[in-house]
Amino acid sequence: MELIIYARCFKGIVLREALRFIHQKERFFSALVRPLVWLGIFAAGFRSVLGVAIIPPYETYIPYEVYIAPGLIAMIQLFNGMQSSLSMVYDREMGSMKTMLVSPIPRWFLLISKLLAGVFVSILQVYAFLLIASLWDIIPPISGYFTILPALIVSGLMLGSLGMFLSSAIKQLENFAGVMNFVIFPMFFASSALYPLWKIEETSEWLYYVCFYNPFTYAVESIRFSLYSQINIEYTIGILIFTLLFLFLSILGYDPARGNMQKKGGK
Amino acid sequence: MTVALEIKNVSHKFGNFTALDDVSLNISSGDFTVLLGLNGAGKTTLYSLITRLYNNNSGSIKIHGFDVRERSVSALKNIGVVFQQPTLDLDLSIKENLEYHSSLHGLSFFEAKKRIDSEIRRIKLDDKIKSKVRALSGGQRRRVEIARSLLHRPKLLLLDEPTVGLDIGSRQMILKHVKNLCKKNNMAVLWATHLIDEIDMGEKVIIIDKGKVIESGDVSRIIKKTKTKNIRDAFNKLVGI
Repeated sequence: MELIIYARCFKGIVLREALRFIHQKERFFSALVRPLVWLGIFAAGFRSVLGVAIIPPYETYIPYEVYIAPGLIAMIQLFNGMQSSLSMVYDREMGSMKTMLVSPIPRWFLLISKLLAGVFVSILQVYAFLLIASLWDIIPPISGYFTILPALIVSGLMLGSLGMFLSSAIKQLENFAGVMNFVIFPMFFASSALYPLWKIEETSEWLYYVCFYNPFTYAVESIRFSLYSQINIEYTIGILIFTLLFLFLSILGYDPARGNMQKKGGK
Repeated sequence: MTVALEIKNVSHKFGNFTALDDVSLNISSGDFTVLLGLNGAGKTTLYSLITRLYNNNSGSIKIHGFDVRERSVSALKNIGVVFQQPTLDLDLSIKENLEYHSSLHGLSFFEAKKRIDSEIRRIKLDDKIKSKVRALSGGQRRRVEIARSLLHRPKLLLLDEPTVGLDIGSRQMILKHVKNLCKKNNMAVLWATHLIDEIDMGEKVIIIDKGKVIESGDVSRIIKKTKTKNIRDAFNKLVGI
């Protein structure tokens, strides 16, 4: 099949996601309000409780708001990834997912395009958040606004494909709401989003390991380093491995021969 | 006549439940074929296998000679589908929905525009092209879905209970529209239904019950074979109701 056909298909899927996003203004609003509430209320309350020592990539003592900003950026992507998976469960229940899956273009390409479309939407939200966050003096170096982009693409893909895998395994929309609670909250709290790992290690060793092996920690830390135009090899390799793993599982989940669609019988 | 759809010895199970049992059938170009069966007879499962939403684990399904498992790209290119459940995006306009479908089939912007304009005129909804699908009636939505399924010029059109839930006027309009398309474009149509009044004399009918094809052929032949007065009585006799 010609390359141009793939390009047209990709453009169509991204455009549809963007149109849906534009039509659902409240989605954009809530996607921004959520991290801003954490930044404006939670961080303000906790800045006096938690002291953050100098840790890379920071070169000096930083206010707590600055510390949690990358975690909140990853939170935007986590919610976005889960939300687009939620829309896939909805699309599948409503039937519109079938329209995409019966396209002659290979399914793996359709699914990756759908994921990237979701990532594109999440990146728009992240930049809007960064703009507003500058009011809290969260101002990374100018280069950081550019170097964060590759990290956002990879972390968005990782969280999106995790959501996509979950959506392939879930039969009904109601069940997905439960999974959101069991995935989003534990992933967010058991990570380095709100507190540095060394601080967690001081409190509980087992929790430290849970946080250390949590894929979300890799998203947060990749974003944190890239926001300051730095790269951490350990976290970069980690996030790439998790991305490939979740991507593989989600494509497998929607494979007509082996996946979960077949087992569920029609849904 | 070209064979548009060829299904040979296809069976399908969900766990212990046999949804399809050794189904074989052929449909030629230009044929309007009705797949008649009660709810749960296996019609939707058969459509899911033809469209490769599921893989067939036994037998073979060929569309214009292309096996859906081995040559899925070539096979799916030739199919237009209208699913039982509505599949339009309610928050997008008719135009946006049709553009999205065109891109899923790799049509260029200009080609897509030309085809969308022509199909939308054919279903007489050109004045509503920018309306959100949510604002359309059930019958109008179905017509849009049919228009959408034709954008990539398929040679085989599959419709799964497309008139369920519609009023009599809309049902008749859609049925007439598809029968005209079939004649005019020499397209093969497989129309799944449980509504017997949608069948006309001279048409080909495949009766499916509990996952098995129990009879197939021209309406008059089935009536004669079952020694009944009409296709309704023939169907009732065959499925035992």
